[in-house]
Amino acid sequence: MRGENKLLDIKKLKVTYRSDNGPVHAVENLNLELGYGETLGFVGETGAGKTTTAYSIMGLLPSPQAKIESGEITFEGESLLDKKEKELRNIRGRDIAMIFQDPMTSLNPVMTVIEQVEEMISLHKKISKKEVKEQAYQILEKVGIKEERVFDYPHQFSGGMKQRVVIAIALSCDPKLLIADEPTTALDVTIQAQVLELMKKLKDEFGTSMIMITHDLGIVAEICDKVAIMYAGSVVEYADKVSLYTNPSHPYTRGLFNSIPDINKEDTSELKEIKGHPPDPTNPLLGCNFSSRCEYAMEKCKKFKPKEYMLSDSHTVNCFLYDNHTYKGGEPNE
Amino acid sequence: MKSEIIEVENKLNTPSKVAKRNGPWKDVWKRLKRSKMAILGLMIIITLMLIALFADYIAPYPYDRQDLMNTFQSPSSENLFGTDEFGRDILSRVIYGSRVSLLVGFIAVGIALVIGGFLGAISGYYGGRVDNLIMRIMDVLLAIPSMLLAISIVAALGPGLTNLMIAVGISSIPTYARTVRAAVMSIKGMEYIEASKVSGSKDIRIIFKHIIPNSLAPVIVQSTLGVAGAILTAAGMSFIGLGIQPPNPEWGAMLSGGRAYIRDYSYMTMFPGIAIMITILALNLLGDGLRDALDPKLKN
Repeated sequence: MRGENKLLDIKKLKVTYRSDNGPVHAVENLNLELGYGETLGFVGETGAGKTTTAYSIMGLLPSPQAKIESGEITFEGESLLDKKEKELRNIRGRDIAMIFQDPMTSLNPVMTVIEQVEEMISLHKKISKKEVKEQAYQILEKVGIKEERVFDYPHQFSGGMKQRVVIAIALSCDPKLLIADEPTTALDVTIQAQVLELMKKLKDEFGTSMIMITHDLGIVAEICDKVAIMYAGSVVEYADKVSLYTNPSHPYTRGLFNSIPDINKEDTSELKEIKGHPPDPTNPLLGCNFSSRCEYAMEKCKKFKPKEYMLSDSHTVNCFLYDNHTYKGGEPNE
Repeated sequence: MKSEIIEVENKLNTPSKVAKRNGPWKDVWKRLKRSKMAILGLMIIITLMLIALFADYIAPYPYDRQDLMNTFQSPSSENLFGTDEFGRDILSRVIYGSRVSLLVGFIAVGIALVIGGFLGAISGYYGGRVDNLIMRIMDVLLAIPSMLLAISIVAALGPGLTNLMIAVGISSIPTYARTVRAAVMSIKGMEYIEASKVSGSKDIRIIFKHIIPNSLAPVIVQSTLGVAGAILTAAGMSFIGLGIQPPNPEWGAMLSGGRAYIRDYSYMTMFPGIAIMITILALNLLGDGLRDALDPKLKN
């Protein structure tokens, strides 16, 4: 897994937002890797910095409020942070596409759906209008929009249909990486399943890598290969799906699993929640960010940031509980 | 029986034309049609435009033909609206006057809309310093009463139709800049704008293709009402002698010319006054109707 075949490599990313109460540390020391064709689940609670990370990759952080303080983002061996705006524009949409949370608002209400697909294709491909139209038809057909509906406007579509259109737009230029920012949160459960099924199918067909941002560990189990658990701006556990689900190691990850209701359990007592709140991002903790809520917290947890420990080749965790394991190569996170 | 089956099959195979291209503007038209007053206004405006367009054929006399033997004639079958102090037919002058009024109204709003809309879109989209700079300049313009501003512009440029249009246009730029800015700011935050950025679109494309079409509704309403305002301002300017120069007919100028005789020959001011009133009323009716029709909250 730690081979050279990396599509995306994020190292020690640090993003802060400017605010009246001082800098907000949205993302801190984030490391992430994604290989070709892989799907990464990006799990964490609201405000953990998932979307900020996605925007950093796209180079679309709101400026001047947000700033990438340090770190590297490498996409196909090239640093994205060094690129000029014009180069980035070409990468956006063509190489990296993004799907937003709410399909209701991510389509332009005054353009027909096919026009919106055509727009994306004609932005990045130098082909004739006729070919653009043909490709738009094809991709819409692939996501299951019937031919007679393509001239409709978004308000004539249901939520699930709209999300299909959004997926069609995102995939229309055959991107190498698709970032899906909670693509199913705004949909009801049955439609969620359909949309996920569709995304999985198309992803395999196009060979696209995907980052799936979600709160839902169920979705992760459904379509991801690897999972990164994010807490207060950094990844606390990174593993392939099977080892994460069989052996959740970070106390936070365990807490997440414990707070999922189990339909098979006889026990109807209250769900176990993770007590407390994430630390205030304007005033980060000196030690481990989770130490204020962690039931295993030790003295050193409060003083030092834990390093990245390797549990296996494909499983790392940032927690002092695993101090007896080898660290991941390179210098430890301070 | 068989032919029926074929017919049904055909129906199933042909894509439903009803749903096709049933755009948001069609809905607006549907809702606008429901308001009788708005349609009345629209019809009056169209009639006025036709009158202005075909004035040469409709008007019974040339607007500047003087008949000094027949001055101050009351309305009669020969001169439906009577004649003025030079014996000119008032009906013909009102008909020709519609040309100037509509021209000034629409062109002045056009000028204001293009410049104000552009400035508003830029400042709404980019925000920050650009926004501050543009909007403070607009505030300065707003602080000067628009009539006074128009008067000073005409005083500087000299009276005449073109200068009148420029003056009225410039003095209403701030209103449009504000309207467009507000609309752009609310649309800028929508996710489809973000989605377009993510697709790799340039700013200029986002502004023209995504933001402007979506922010048209308030601008259209503002413009319809603005035309009425511009006509009134133009009439006012002509009234004080800074607009259209004689012998060209203009409603405001006709009012101004007739005011000396208002006691004895009130029809001289009445007819151009009624013409102004009807035009403004029609534009306001249409504007109100459009506001309701374009308001998404009233959608049903």
